[in-house]
Amino acid sequence: MRALTWHSTRDVRVDTVPDPQIVNPRDAIIEVTATAICGSDLHLYDGVIPGMKPGDILGHEFMGRVVETGPGSTLTPGQRVVVPFTISCGACLFCQLGQFSACDNSNPVETQEASELLYGHAVSGLFGYSHMTGGYPGGQAQYVRVPFSDVGPIVIPEGLADEQVLFLSDILPTGWMAAANADIGPGDTVAVWGCGPVGLFAVQSARLMGAEKVVAIDHHPNRLALARGLGAEVIDYRQTHVLEALMEMSGGLGPDAVIDAVGMESHGFSPDNLLDTVKQKVGVGADRAHALRMALMAVRKGGRVSVPGVYGGFADTFPLGALMEKGLQLRTGQTHVQACSEDLLRRIGEGEIDTTFLISHRLSLEEAPRGYAGFSDNQDQWTKVVLRP
Amino acid sequence: MRPRDTRPDDTFDDGPRDRTRDRTRNGHRDGHRPRTRDLLRDCLPAIGIAAAVAGLALLLPREAHRPPDSAPGRAARRARFGDRVVEGRSVTIAAPRQAVWDRLRDTDRWPDFMETLRDPEHRPDGTLGWTLATPFGHARVVARICREEEGRAIAWVSTDASEVEAEGKVMLRDAPAARGTVIEAHVAYRPPGGLAGHWIARAFGRSPGVQGRQELKRLKMLIETGEIATNSNRRSPAAREA
Repeated sequence: MRALTWHSTRDVRVDTVPDPQIVNPRDAIIEVTATAICGSDLHLYDGVIPGMKPGDILGHEFMGRVVETGPGSTLTPGQRVVVPFTISCGACLFCQLGQFSACDNSNPVETQEASELLYGHAVSGLFGYSHMTGGYPGGQAQYVRVPFSDVGPIVIPEGLADEQVLFLSDILPTGWMAAANADIGPGDTVAVWGCGPVGLFAVQSARLMGAEKVVAIDHHPNRLALARGLGAEVIDYRQTHVLEALMEMSGGLGPDAVIDAVGMESHGFSPDNLLDTVKQKVGVGADRAHALRMALMAVRKGGRVSVPGVYGGFADTFPLGALMEKGLQLRTGQTHVQACSEDLLRRIGEGEIDTTFLISHRLSLEEAPRGYAGFSDNQDQWTKVVLRP
Repeated sequence: MRPRDTRPDDTFDDGPRDRTRDRTRNGHRDGHRPRTRDLLRDCLPAIGIAAAVAGLALLLPREAHRPPDSAPGRAARRARFGDRVVEGRSVTIAAPRQAVWDRLRDTDRWPDFMETLRDPEHRPDGTLGWTLATPFGHARVVARICREEEGRAIAWVSTDASEVEAEGKVMLRDAPAARGTVIEAHVAYRPPGGLAGHWIARAFGRSPGVQGRQELKRLKMLIETGEIATNSNRRSPAAREA
């Protein structure tokens, strides 16, 4: 089959690789009909996530038709499914608690060692996202082996197009969980850093959860326009002092909740970010945490901080004093996709949520390397790339 | 007895140096009284070394006179107890204790989750044998079950016929809040090559401690999910990669 593979920093190629097979009883093989490049794929593309090996198949946002099932799968060939990017067994303590992205059993034992050393506990398995999260071949391919296919895949009823539901695999539930983690209630003012797909879906979700005012922060005019289209007020940090603006836009209180949808590759010309950039380049495991630092400074006393942005390493000059002295609540984590997928599918079916506005480019799988370059280098115009194998 | 409660047999000797001998070595044996400045200059290296030793002694953990804490011995800061290395791990398995016990007691199926073991054998003398993959090649392990409490504990110890000298124990207890079963395993062994051999094996991910926790995790996967997670896309073992 053809698949998009990682070779080194900013070097991805479409290669011919062996077709996947059923390996474990609960596996299914999916023929991919649509897959997307995620903003977090750019962290792999930029080489800032450890544990990548040349030849790794990327992609964790995908959907398709079931073509083969193991004896333990509950799927049947021919079904259309969206596959969550988190691989979850459904049986361990964490899956039973609904914390699917903390599954104890999906990361192979051999690849658990790295995160056990780096994070204190082994993280769960993810599709196409480095050997730290299992080294699973990803979905930017013609076929994918889906483990625990009786737990993860969301069966899609006929009548809904691929592009309406594809983002149930990651970014829509991630934006939703970001807003849920911010514990948004009616009347709240919410600030969202980053108007990439997750930030935009967080804006959309915050509005649905009753936020009075959502302020979106970015520097790309097109992305800010998309946020405005979802009902947000916007701040362009290239022309405005963000902290000052947020204080004034929230009556001097500060936002009730803040959402960092930027993650480990924060932009912005500031001393902390310049230092972080140097440290990240020399490979000492540093994340560029400028957006999160700002969010902690901006949020009101006793406010809520939600972090859907991906971090992988360490940050210093971190405003721990603000976190403690202001009495903040911090919630974060990979998305528990399976916990909210049914609810979100229903909202899509009823027309309450539309995700197709985000798609800027539709390419074939063969064009995927161009998609990575464009999504990375022209983030203003390239808001979301959907690939068709 | 908890190994942690024993004193290590390799205590550090950081006592005071014999200054008389130093002076003798410094060459003032001719009866002339050295000038104060010369004396100071001569003694400076000795003072420096003494200060360094004293500083080091302050940094070293002081094991004597500390009452034992509640942690299991294998969590102790030192790796070695006499000539043995003790390592271990606990995992919680979301299954009833009897189900975990039944799976554990079937020694013929240990290779299902212990990937370094193969060729299980019931020997005529009642002992059990396996072939064990080690960083230094294959070794034959022969062990006898030395303790068994139905549903609670099983322990084994290698016999004289074994090429690896080790003993191990696995204990089960009900997890709190109906979370299933806590399974706790530890192994004490005499590492080939001593402590250096232990660290080399550990660096290659092949020490009994690393292997033991991976085996417990595989057992947990088998019991909770019915399979062992793999990132392989192909059934053929040759096509698999870690």
